[in-house]
Amino acid sequence: MDMGEAIILAGSAIGAGLAMIAGIGPGIGEGYAVGKACEAIARQPEASGAVTRTMFVGCAVAESTGIYGLIIALLLIFLKPFT
Amino acid sequence: MAILAMALPEFLRGSEELSVTGPKVIKTFHIFGLDINFTETVVLEWIVMAVIIGLCIFLTRGLKVKAVSKRQVIAEMAVEAITNLVRDTMGKRWLAFTPYIATVFLFSIFGSLISLLGVRAVTSDFSVLLTWALMTFILITATKIKYGGVGGYLKGFADPIPVMLPINILSEVATPTAMALRHFGNIAGGSIIMGLIYFGLTSLSHMLHMQVPVLTIGIPAVLSLYFDLFSDFMQAFIFIMLTMVFVSNAGPAEDEAAA
Repeated sequence: MDMGEAIILAGSAIGAGLAMIAGIGPGIGEGYAVGKACEAIARQPEASGAVTRTMFVGCAVAESTGIYGLIIALLLIFLKPFT
Repeated sequence: MAILAMALPEFLRGSEELSVTGPKVIKTFHIFGLDINFTETVVLEWIVMAVIIGLCIFLTRGLKVKAVSKRQVIAEMAVEAITNLVRDTMGKRWLAFTPYIATVFLFSIFGSLISLLGVRAVTSDFSVLLTWALMTFILITATKIKYGGVGGYLKGFADPIPVMLPINILSEVATPTAMALRHFGNIAGGSIIMGLIYFGLTSLSHMLHMQVPVLTIGIPAVLSLYFDLFSDFMQAFIFIMLTMVFVSNAGPAEDEAAA
């Protein structure tokens, strides 16, 4: 392995790690959403079905940015687009 | 038996290498200068379709009004559950969507769960998810044109002010892209993490001088509960929920249509 390729691989690995910083946002957001859903169910237990359903869809949408980060990280590690 | 005798020593070695690739290409067709790949995914999709069709035929054979069989009770429960879900989420006038939603849900679940048999999940191929997301996109566009006409649909892009045109086009494109990427990222990411866990546990057992990777027994099953079962059901559910929400939002509101 020559020097250039090694630098590219190292850069890809570091980039993949940095891309996963995107996981912070959805983590905070989903935690907040689930906390609020728990409060809502505690206040109105009879609406738990609707609340849970809405929460999961909201979580899924909030998760997209994290998934984008994950896909970039996977591309960098396994497909190595720059080598 | 001979196959088993050959496969067993390999199986006992555990996963010694980790490779992440796309689905295997079985044959490539050249049609009109395009390379059309016939992949592993297509074969697995046929298997999934055969399983779903077989299940439907099995459950709905010999339906009766009185003295129903156990099979019929299961079939009725499933149909009622999905009908209630569509009615609660989309409203009564969208009930015609129930068969489509049920099909996508079943295909997604069985396509993901087939990975439990040791083959690639159908849903860890991005082209499958992109196809489903494009079907949702076509449904959204068709609903908008149906209720607003072609003029109304085109005018919707310049809503509320014409300056918003690029942002509206972007959000229209982002809807199917995000749906496909979300499902794909969850399933493919989960299977990669499971592969890493098998690989790591095998290496760890070799490091502890065990001939057979004992650590890979049991421990991955607990994690598989989340990464395979829970995540598969969640993603299938979320995909159909988003499809229903987007399509029903493309039409006018319930009371507006009634008036």
